[in-house]
Amino acid sequence: MTQPSARIGVYICHCGTNIAGTVDVAALREYAATLPHVVVARDYKYMCSDPGQELIKTDIAENGLNRVVVAACSPHLHEHTFRSACEEAGLNPYLCHMVNIREHDSWVHTGPAATEKAKDLLRAAVQRVVWNEPLERRQIPIRQSVLVVGGGIAGIHAALTLANAGKKVYLVEREPSIGGHMAMFDKTFPTLDCAACILTPKMTAVKSNPNITLWTYSEVISVEGYVGDFRVQVRRKPRYVIEDLCVGCLECVEACVYKQPKFADEFNLGLSKRKPIYLPFPQAVPQVVLIDPETCIEFKSGKCKKTCVEACGERNAIDFNQKETIETIEVGAIILATGYQTFDASRISYYGYGTYPNVYTALEVERLINASGPTGGELVLRDGRKPRTVGIIHCVGSRDEHTNRWCSRVCCMYSLKLAHLVKERTGAEVYNFYIDMRTPGKGFEEFYNRVAEEGVHFIRGKVADVYPANGDGQLTLKVEDTLLGQVRKIPVDMVILAVGLEPRADATEVRRMFNISCSSEGWFLERHPKLAPVNTFTDGIFLAGCCQGPKDIPDTVAQAGAAAAEAFQLLDLSAIEMEPNTAYVLEGVCSGCKTCVGLCPYNAISFLADKHVAHINEALCKGCGTCVAACPSGSIRQHLFEDEQIFEEVHGIMA
Amino acid sequence: MPETTAPNGQSQAADFEPKIVAFFCNWCTYLAADLAGTSRLRYAPNVRVVRVMCSGRVDPQFVLEAFAQGADGVLIGGCHPGDCHYQEGNYKALRRYHLLRRMLEQMGVEPERFRLEWISASEGERLRAVVNDMVEKVRALGPLRKNAAAQLLEEATVR
Repeated sequence: MTQPSARIGVYICHCGTNIAGTVDVAALREYAATLPHVVVARDYKYMCSDPGQELIKTDIAENGLNRVVVAACSPHLHEHTFRSACEEAGLNPYLCHMVNIREHDSWVHTGPAATEKAKDLLRAAVQRVVWNEPLERRQIPIRQSVLVVGGGIAGIHAALTLANAGKKVYLVEREPSIGGHMAMFDKTFPTLDCAACILTPKMTAVKSNPNITLWTYSEVISVEGYVGDFRVQVRRKPRYVIEDLCVGCLECVEACVYKQPKFADEFNLGLSKRKPIYLPFPQAVPQVVLIDPETCIEFKSGKCKKTCVEACGERNAIDFNQKETIETIEVGAIILATGYQTFDASRISYYGYGTYPNVYTALEVERLINASGPTGGELVLRDGRKPRTVGIIHCVGSRDEHTNRWCSRVCCMYSLKLAHLVKERTGAEVYNFYIDMRTPGKGFEEFYNRVAEEGVHFIRGKVADVYPANGDGQLTLKVEDTLLGQVRKIPVDMVILAVGLEPRADATEVRRMFNISCSSEGWFLERHPKLAPVNTFTDGIFLAGCCQGPKDIPDTVAQAGAAAAEAFQLLDLSAIEMEPNTAYVLEGVCSGCKTCVGLCPYNAISFLADKHVAHINEALCKGCGTCVAACPSGSIRQHLFEDEQIFEEVHGIMA
Repeated sequence: MPETTAPNGQSQAADFEPKIVAFFCNWCTYLAADLAGTSRLRYAPNVRVVRVMCSGRVDPQFVLEAFAQGADGVLIGGCHPGDCHYQEGNYKALRRYHLLRRMLEQMGVEPERFRLEWISASEGERLRAVVNDMVEKVRALGPLRKNAAAQLLEEATVR
């Protein structure tokens, strides 16, 4: 590698006052002009704007630039912009290098030190870019199918959007039915649409869409590959019922040797019972029963009369010998829609959840007031009485430094909805205990006013204690009413805890499997909070719904649509260009020591026995550079991160 | 760089501003520094970041060269164990770090001057804390001793 005769243009962005308010851009420009090989140095208010890019293009043409340095924001934001501008002007995009003087400088430092740092970084870039070489991007074909993980409303909407656009979709859901949390709700705020009425048509559309392969009761167990070509293994758990043969007639359930349901029903959160053979809930998709081997007599003793098999008759759908299967699929993109879990209310002991029977979580109450729920939609206490007074405690496991610090965004609104429904169904007096009422959203504030006008009581204060009132089974809520400025004790028949949303317990394992990042709270991290909210830092993997953070149904659906559009856009390219920062071997220098071979996590390095040298398969190389750093003879090199380039960056910093 | 060197080679000047060369991986620590920026977290302006795709790309020669050129400290930032974008590059970085650290110590470079830290993309606050802590510790040590640097210059001719 020899140093070519470089003609460098340096462009310094003001970013309005974001950079220019801290860094002396004029001094930086003057300094840049003094650096070797710099032919032109300019500063401009917004380099990323069209006129800003035009400056670069014009200079490339008129000043014969063969290198460009842009000192602006993070390359994660605009490297693509400036490389493209260079490319449009006929300069190889990899002869452009960015200097981060915003995120790494003007936004975190003050005074002359910020300008000094900018000079150092700029000098480093100018020295480095001299050694940059023109590179070509590799073309990788994209598989024309998408994996959607999670069959809640987010995954359902994303899958349908893609399938309706003609793309092949694999929808993988852990539970025996799709539907997610939304299927458990009664009404949705603020319009009070029946959740099932708007969700179940979409669920059946998933089942009937020929472009969707629906795998419920299944989990992704491994992910390999990269954008355009992911290889995914899915474990399909045995339901002991052959999906293709079961018609959902439920005669087997009727015929089960257990005449009455006896075991806690998961879908109803244990508020009702089911048999060992059961349909998760009436509108389940697929309409296929499953057998719980933990409770089925045949599995426990092998001595059941198997009346279910008898009832199934010629359909022969029941198979006690069914084994789990592992399916391998190849997809071009992945949408993660793995959702959330609700806060475990027993973690806050003074609210008495799990201790006092009439303390419920909001999700349990959703089931209780649901027409298909355990009580047929009647809101009753555990002893069958109707509650006359109900207290709803907001922010349980939200906005609390002892549990979760974030606002879960949906609890105020669903608490208002529950207040309305409880009052409508039972005529009870309803008290809402809130810290702040948060109702930003279309029609939300109006709904709040409506519920207030209906006579629901609102008490601003955090409930400090829940304890039994004298004798009659009531519970007393002790709260400081911060508007009255006094402590109040309010007796109620029923307490509803507005539990917050939190990342699923296995979110860390899931994100590692898919090689994406999490926020410090554990939500999956988007590529950019504003401009790439459904992308991740791993190309080809997108996010939808609450796995990225708490959100309501409209936002979830909007985000799922966006994720589907991103995946569609990717697939529609039919081939994508890969960054050319791969490693390569100088065969004449390689000593054949094989140090590198075992280091590569992608098995991209092989040993050519005939030539006694290492060989790197460029199609498999992801460009991490580990082998480059390890090569004792310096025969492995990396495009775009050549030793000379990095040494020169260091020299530039220290010069 | 303002600098006063005492006879023993150790600067005690209060106005000594150390210069630290950092190698941050593209996927975690570089993004943590971006996040510190968008969050407007103020921290010591003494660190200059060289972006590499993975901490596993950091060739020990880069570190030696930075010290040889007079850097008062070198900081490598990578993803937390188990989180590497390239599966295990950070483990490779860790192995080299331990060897290199011992070698540098024998050359007279104090261990506080060379650090490897795991900082994830969401840890802007940690990025600030690590940088501030390292700058304070290196400031307390004073500039890299010239004799150590000279020795390095002689020995680091592996290029």
